[in-house]
Amino acid sequence: MTAPARVLVVGASASGLSTVESLRRKGYAGEVVVLGGEPHAPYDRPPLSKQVLSGAWEPTRTALRTQEAMSALEADIVLGDPAVALDPVTQTVWTASGREVQADAIVIATGLRPRTLPEQEGLTGVHVLRTLDDALVLRRALSAGARVVVVGEGVLGAEITATVRMLGLDVTMTGPQPAPMALQVGPLVSAALAELHHERGVRLRLGDGVVGLAAEGTRVTGVRLGAGEVLPADVVVVAIGASPATEWLAGSGLRLDNGVVCDSRCRAAEGVYAVGDVARWHHEGLGRLVRLENRTNVTMQAAAVAGVILGADEPYVPVPYFWTDQFDAKLQVHGFLPVDADVEVVEGDVSARRFVARYRSGGVITGVLGWNMPKQARLRSAEIVDAPALL
Amino acid sequence: MKIVVDEEKCVAAGQCVVAAMDVFDQRDEDGIVVLLNENPPPRLAGDVRQAAAVCPALAISIED
Repeated sequence: MTAPARVLVVGASASGLSTVESLRRKGYAGEVVVLGGEPHAPYDRPPLSKQVLSGAWEPTRTALRTQEAMSALEADIVLGDPAVALDPVTQTVWTASGREVQADAIVIATGLRPRTLPEQEGLTGVHVLRTLDDALVLRRALSAGARVVVVGEGVLGAEITATVRMLGLDVTMTGPQPAPMALQVGPLVSAALAELHHERGVRLRLGDGVVGLAAEGTRVTGVRLGAGEVLPADVVVVAIGASPATEWLAGSGLRLDNGVVCDSRCRAAEGVYAVGDVARWHHEGLGRLVRLENRTNVTMQAAAVAGVILGADEPYVPVPYFWTDQFDAKLQVHGFLPVDADVEVVEGDVSARRFVARYRSGGVITGVLGWNMPKQARLRSAEIVDAPALL
Repeated sequence: MKIVVDEEKCVAAGQCVVAAMDVFDQRDEDGIVVLLNENPPPRLAGDVRQAAAVCPALAISIED
């Protein structure tokens, strides 16, 4: 297999950048074109809900690479011009401005778009948090005395809630689950998170889905819960998950089903690959399609895809990993934590807020979670069964 | 090769230790990176570059 003469990467965020870097690190000397939809040079998203929202970091600190390092990649990087169509047969991509790029290998790295509530469009005071611009707009809206309601109790909703509360604002977390991150970490740890948020002064209105928004004119005034109650709000943050940004691929003939569906090599079609949050690939260890929304997957998957493009024929079979910081709690999650898993504390103590929990499902260890014990959790993650085919 | 780590950026993921355990470790109490050898020998250069590449917080920089 000869290396492609030109590689086109669609998406200029962490996954697009990591793909280019991996190609260069593996010695690829051909032409590289990167198309980014946002106007910004590649930046990092995990700090947006934490250090950027809190104001601890200047926005420039999220830059993934210096200008010098970007130039050293010798890639043609086009920003602010989103891709609008792809033809896998001729391997061509078109952009909003009318640009047409043909390449021997195309990597789709267009990430996610936040889900929104049907009524929120056109309402002021309602926010999402996905981009750097989103974070800066939300930060400016968090003026003293503002009453904030976060819609969503997942990882992002819980992080935003903690950051807003640490700024001293009145904040309520809402969502259908009984506790923060209940779907991500199971009942034991989510109950401990609920206790932490409550203790820090967060109002928890969980277990009751949000049915809509209340407004006066075009300004949001509150959030309506299923039971009929309206929670008053000056600022509403909607963090109800995100969808893979694949609408530009409609009509491409690629299989789109909760992401770009790929084989075990992250290949969507001959010469077309997907990386990062947008990619749903066949995980050979698990024997099913998997799509991961986390920062570490991006780097690992980009390296795997760069290898496949350059002729390696290896499946991508990662043990996933993510972390979240809320107040003084630093959670590290390795592997998979099914909600019905048996959870056993194997080190430390939940009441001391320093522990490692082991998740077992179908008789095998599928995941490990550390709460303020990052090193110990990593060491324990070696116990995770590589191919939990029983899942 | 000289390595510089930014403890303030470190998120305690420990990916660097997995990539290059002769060069990086984590503090027992909070998992923050510990640099065991800031001038590693050339035979570890590949592992160190891998560690810098997989760090999710971009906390490792390499000065050649």
